[in-house]
Amino acid sequence: MSDIAISVENLSKSYVVGHNAAKTERYTALRDVLALNVRNLARKTSDMIHGRAIVQGDEFEEFWALQDVSFQVKCGDVVGIIGRNGAGKSTILKILSRITEPTKGRIVINGRVSSLLEVGTGFHPELTGRENIFLNGAILGMSRSEIRRKFDEIVAFAEVDRFLDTPVKRFSSGMYVRLAFAVAAHLEPEILLVDEVLAVGDSEFQKKCLGKMNEISTEGRTVFFVSHNMGMITSLCKTALLLEKGAIIHRGAATETVTFYYTGGNHSPHVADFTQGPRKLGDDLATLLEASVEDTEGKPVSEVDIRVPFRIRMRYELHTQTAQPPYPNFHFFSEGGQPAFVANSTCNPQAVAAPGIYDAFCDIPGRLLNNGCYFIGLALTFAHQGIRVSFYERAALSVSIVDPIEETLYDMRSGYSGAIPGVVRPQLHWTINRVS
Amino acid sequence: MNCETLIIEPGLAERHYWRDLWRYRELFYVLASRDISVRYKQTIIGLAWALIRPFLTMVVFTVVFGKLAKLPTEGTAPYALMVYAGLLPWQFFSTALSESSNSLIGNANLISKVYFPRLIMPTAAVMVSFVDFVISFAILLGLMLWYQYLPGWQIFTLPLFVIMSFLASLGPGLWITSLNVKYRDFRYIIPFIVQMGLYVSPVGFSSTAIPEQWRLLYSINPVVGVIDGFRWAILGGDDVVIYWPGFLLSWGLIAFFLWLGIRQFRKMEKSFADLI
Repeated sequence: MSDIAISVENLSKSYVVGHNAAKTERYTALRDVLALNVRNLARKTSDMIHGRAIVQGDEFEEFWALQDVSFQVKCGDVVGIIGRNGAGKSTILKILSRITEPTKGRIVINGRVSSLLEVGTGFHPELTGRENIFLNGAILGMSRSEIRRKFDEIVAFAEVDRFLDTPVKRFSSGMYVRLAFAVAAHLEPEILLVDEVLAVGDSEFQKKCLGKMNEISTEGRTVFFVSHNMGMITSLCKTALLLEKGAIIHRGAATETVTFYYTGGNHSPHVADFTQGPRKLGDDLATLLEASVEDTEGKPVSEVDIRVPFRIRMRYELHTQTAQPPYPNFHFFSEGGQPAFVANSTCNPQAVAAPGIYDAFCDIPGRLLNNGCYFIGLALTFAHQGIRVSFYERAALSVSIVDPIEETLYDMRSGYSGAIPGVVRPQLHWTINRVS
Repeated sequence: MNCETLIIEPGLAERHYWRDLWRYRELFYVLASRDISVRYKQTIIGLAWALIRPFLTMVVFTVVFGKLAKLPTEGTAPYALMVYAGLLPWQFFSTALSESSNSLIGNANLISKVYFPRLIMPTAAVMVSFVDFVISFAILLGLMLWYQYLPGWQIFTLPLFVIMSFLASLGPGLWITSLNVKYRDFRYIIPFIVQMGLYVSPVGFSSTAIPEQWRLLYSINPVVGVIDGFRWAILGGDDVVIYWPGFLLSWGLIAFFLWLGIRQFRKMEKSFADLI
């Protein structure tokens, strides 16, 4: 038997969508409305006789949710699927889990598939927690004896033992979600399809879920994981697929694909030359020329080990002598777009006020940032006559921080292999004193 | 790894469909027991509803058809008993039909989120009506005690007629529920059919009240055969006879509707998730 878990060839899926054409006519006569309705009725009736689906609207369009998608996944791989809304991520999962049929193409799956497209699928609000565990388990494909065997484990994981015999409609939404995830987490298929289900519950529970996901992936099962949370993708998945408009536009290591997603793949994200662009960045006082992410030896890098320091270099030109020197500052954003911090220069002001070309370096120490992708905005600010921003280029550079878990497990992670939340993960000084 | 291979292709009729159905039987039990336990949640008298409804209907029919219209009963059986023997299968048929035809729409969230052989859904819905049927059966026993009426050996053939009414409701149920996913018109048709059927079928009166030359035509309604069979089995005796041509016609129609229903259902099954 081959070690290919899923092989997808030329997969396509189309939907028919309808539009209303005559929206522009503001003043419609009753006659027109009646005529339109009669026409619609005639069309719907003929649709029904021919066994076609009824589509609202006057004009039809075939919409391809997926087009010619091909890929292969090996047994034991954890694959992330990323992409903007409507890129076709969920459609892939729906086809793989046999909920809907592809229009074209062929898929070969080796192994038992379980899909987790939503937590609490089929939960009935009137039933008690206990009954819902059995119901949900059966829906997800567990046998009754399997559920019975894991029942205590599920209840302990969900932390709802006191409310087992309460109808779930009286559960708080947190309890509801915990119970639902607990059932799902105890599935044991060879291939697991997961769609964006972890974005629920409080942070405590999310951590638990991530740990469970990690455990599943280390057990050698094949996992497909759709998420908008890039941090999760980079920490859980080895490889990732990037979808856009129903086609795979990038495939590779997870961090690399995430970077590609953010930058659109159209410029080198860790080295940027701003003199070539259509517009000059800056004003009459200064211009941004180029910038790069470099290692300590000055070599441009796109990926940095979480333990290793690196530096950001920005080259700019001052055109005139100013009373006060400018302050270069770098704005760091996490991959989710959250501001991480702003690095503001505090170097000797007198030396850099004269016209000329300058390089500003900012050293980022190792063990400061968390793993994942960071975007760096570049700015130059003058502080005389109030604050004046000469240029500010948002997300001009990016860098991905990689955390080789095998090496850092006991060094930085105290043996914990799950995702560590936060935009930074600084190494701080600790003291622990015995007081009694 | 001991992997089983699954191939997904458009239009590929799954060879393993019936085997899959068997493998998902546990889901069938679970869904049926869910529907049963949910049915009378947050009601005061709960399961008693399954007794009160047919009982009151029987009283009304006995008074209207038996006492006011003075229609004849079958053989020597008391009129109320005759009505109830017809009401039982009718209630089973009508609730099974409406439950199964709404089953897919009512479980839209399941259909669009997990895979299972969809045939489970309407079949499990029919099981709920079966439980009601079994409970309502208690009234029949009560009536027999009240009238001191002892059924003949024919009573042992009753399971056969129960299966018959099960199949009679499943066929149209499958057909309508799959069409219901595409065209919601059918949701409005069902209550109408059920309401009409109560008067068109021989529930409140005996089918012997129909003139002989019209009986074959009357048997085009498959429920007629089911009800006649029930009356024959329950009332027993030598004076209750089955009208064989009509009875066979009913079986033929039931088989036809079942074939039509399953065919339609299987054809549309793949697109349920897209249409629902």
